Amino acid sequence: MLSPATTALLVLGCPQVPVQTSIALYLINRLKKAGITPVVAGNKAANTLLVVSDPDRHYLGEVIDLDRAIGLITDGKRDFDRCFVFIHNDAGVSYAATLGAISKAKLYALVYGEHFDEQEKKIDFPCTVIAAKAVHNPLPLKKAIDEVAPWAA
Amino acid sequence: MGCVESMNYEIVLRDATFKESRDYIRSNFKESIDVQPGFRIFDVHVIGLPPIAIGLDGDFVIFPFTKPCHGTFLLRVEDAEEAARLRALKK
Repeated sequence: MLSPATTALLVLGCPQVPVQTSIALYLINRLKKAGITPVVAGNKAANTLLVVSDPDRHYLGEVIDLDRAIGLITDGKRDFDRCFVFIHNDAGVSYAATLGAISKAKLYALVYGEHFDEQEKKIDFPCTVIAAKAVHNPLPLKKAIDEVAPWAA
Repeated sequence: MGCVESMNYEIVLRDATFKESRDYIRSNFKESIDVQPGFRIFDVHVIGLPPIAIGLDGDFVIFPFTKPCHGTFLLRVEDAEEAARLRALKK
């Protein structure tokens, strides 16, 4: 049984790839069922997509600005047990490398999108890579996540 | 862009990859410093794969600025104090 204090940070990427929002909500649900408190960090658009999708906050808990989250972790004011970074472009890889360097969290790279394999090749830092070609249909990425079951690790 | 928006900056590269940004600094500026992700320059925590190269050119600081939807920008900002602070870290 996990400690109630077990936390996970979900670092959202640019929301231009549709699967991100549904996978984020799915992952939040699985983490919560496993007793892990999820916190979401993204830019305004990515965060707002989630907030509007879950108006009664059945799934969402704390939502914070991405730059603020990076600052809090860098300054040692906050940290998490697990960190999931959504990656479909070069910026996503950069954010994942940054989280790997500044946070003590166990790092998961969720790689998706049309050119997921190109981004996956850039990941040369320690993390668990969960990758699938998923753009509009979230099921390939959901399946890849289920196989790893990061909520149980 | 938060505080960066209020700076008088010049965009040296836009919509670049992180690697393009690092290579540009190393090949176009004689003076540079390597920092770790999260290092603060002005009010910005730099994002990227370590080591992150920061260029120095007189009183100008050239640094990567990454946003989720726009990739990495390489910004050039004139600030003698910040340039001096970064040079001091090299010693």
